[in-house]
Amino acid sequence: MKANYGYMDGSGEYYITIDTDKCMECSEHFCVKACPAGLFRIIEDDYEDMVAEIIPNKRQAIKYDCAPCKPLEDRPELPCMAACTPQAIEHSW
Amino acid sequence: MVTIGIDVGAKNAKILILKDGEILISKYRESGFDQAGVTTALLDETLAELKLTRDDITSICSTGAGRKAVTFANEVVTEVSATSRATFEMYPEVRTVIDVGAEEGRAIRCGERGKVEDFAINEKCAAGSGAFTEAMARALELTVEELGKISLDSSASVPMNAQCAVFAESEVISLLHANTAKQDIAKAIHDAIASRIVSMTRRVGLNKPIALVGGMARNVGFVHSLNAAIEDEVLIPDSPEMTAAYGAALIAAERAA
Amino acid sequence: MAKEFWRWKEYNWQDENLNWRDGKVITGGVDVGSVSSQAVVMVDGELFAFSNMRTGSDSPNSALNAMNWALENTGMTLDHFDFIVGTGYGRVNVPFADKAITEIACHARGGNYMYGPTVRTILDMGGQDCKAILCDERGKVTNFLMNDKCAAGTGRGMEVFADLLGVSIEDVGDLSLDVDEEPPPVSSTCVVFAKSEAAGLLREGWSQSRVLAAYCSAMAHRVFTLLERVGVSPDFAITGGIAKNIGVVSRIERELNLTALKPKHDTQIAGALGAALFGKALVEKGKGRKNKAVA
Repeated sequence: MKANYGYMDGSGEYYITIDTDKCMECSEHFCVKACPAGLFRIIEDDYEDMVAEIIPNKRQAIKYDCAPCKPLEDRPELPCMAACTPQAIEHSW
Repeated sequence: MVTIGIDVGAKNAKILILKDGEILISKYRESGFDQAGVTTALLDETLAELKLTRDDITSICSTGAGRKAVTFANEVVTEVSATSRATFEMYPEVRTVIDVGAEEGRAIRCGERGKVEDFAINEKCAAGSGAFTEAMARALELTVEELGKISLDSSASVPMNAQCAVFAESEVISLLHANTAKQDIAKAIHDAIASRIVSMTRRVGLNKPIALVGGMARNVGFVHSLNAAIEDEVLIPDSPEMTAAYGAALIAAERAA
Repeated sequence: MAKEFWRWKEYNWQDENLNWRDGKVITGGVDVGSVSSQAVVMVDGELFAFSNMRTGSDSPNSALNAMNWALENTGMTLDHFDFIVGTGYGRVNVPFADKAITEIACHARGGNYMYGPTVRTILDMGGQDCKAILCDERGKVTNFLMNDKCAAGTGRGMEVFADLLGVSIEDVGDLSLDVDEEPPPVSSTCVVFAKSEAAGLLREGWSQSRVLAAYCSAMAHRVFTLLERVGVSPDFAITGGIAKNIGVVSRIERELNLTALKPKHDTQIAGALGAALFGKALVEKGKGRKNKAVA
């Protein structure tokens, strides 16, 4: 399953996509500690797989919470994506 | 040499007349739906007040969202360039400028002599601009000025969850129904927008000292929340809403020299 | 008090031809939304009863009231269930539920039952959010997004426009189709900015219908963009309050070049229906209640 967390508003589309088919194969869950804004947590999803999700009350402000990791200049690899061993995380912006 | 800067914003059109580096006059009025008509009238009235004619003017530079409506301008610059240029004139040491107007919020990193190095914009969504506080003030049946003032009297912190101005309005009304003090709601509103502006600014780098310009700099509640968020005091010019018009007039003078 | 964006009636329904006492597996689903709550009862995977009512200020009570209303005069009580699943915004506040499952998963499973296994894309547009869900032939979610951050594309956004124009919300759809030719859509996505834009258009002499047409098509385009992110594939269905607005639905269908499926039941029960079906699957996995009362 592709789970898209985030939103679209007048200024653009801000989604973090977690590919749960890849995510459920991972037991390391480095993403949780890697994110400086603490956006990720591991849950048992509706299909009883252990996967990462974006914490519900953080989903409406990811454009702002992710901003420090997305400087306009010299943008390094995002810590969440770098930490994710199964490469299950994508950002839309 | 006399030059003019005209900034046609989403809400107000501003004019500023500069003579040999000195500001002679500045004025503003609602830009409305006939921006060309409003700016022409504003120009002619301001010139008449100074007993000047269009022949006395060396150059006119327009800026702002409606800058193309100023048909009589011979120079056009973006508001980012104009704001950056004016900030350099006022605060040569500043490298980060936050500009929050009626419909847009911007953060600019400037280099030497006010050259723009990078900028981030929050546009097309009311959550990151003056439109947000205006909508909230309406919901609380206060003016924006009153909303700003009472925010300073807040003693309790109230969480605001909604980001969207439309949903935040409903949240504010529910808070009122739950008998939450208006000053605490006001503080929550300003904290929310300040936090969005700061995270946008982080994208260009938060290098202190920071200047705050644009109409929102008049809102004492917002300024207070912003200062708390950056743990510093922003520098604010006397007429923060005139910054882009001032920059445009300065650029007009430079280009004519 | 939550505002109501679309006119809908509170009611309950029971299949009088089905004798639940002969059934083996009885499962329930309760969907507690911000505006409305539904309870569904299924007997061996067949829809037996449901109710649809307003959510009160207290979620646990709303859930119980909805379930009691669905069960009214059937002789069935909460003790007869093998499994009950809670879903929706208030899903963790259903005290008699055995499990909480997200509304996304429940909508997909309920949509699969309601529209049949060919449904692949479900668009749910509610009063305060908008969901785009892709699912497989078993009703399992393969891709989804939910937007509850921004009012554009929700019933709330439409209500702001209805208020501005002084028309009642249920007339918006028909009025918006009463134009000689389709005007260009309102250019601002943000409801606050779209509202000032619309005020300008009215001042320029645009008719009410023309302004509504411009907004409905902007809304349809926004929803189309949301759907593009998950990738639309037929068959396609629309649920939620906006499904009742022909002005938006017809414009979404035009943009997608697809016709939305017509449902067999009230689309408002899709979430609760899916919850009850999840319950049945869990019972089949041996996770049902061990202390069920004998009918």
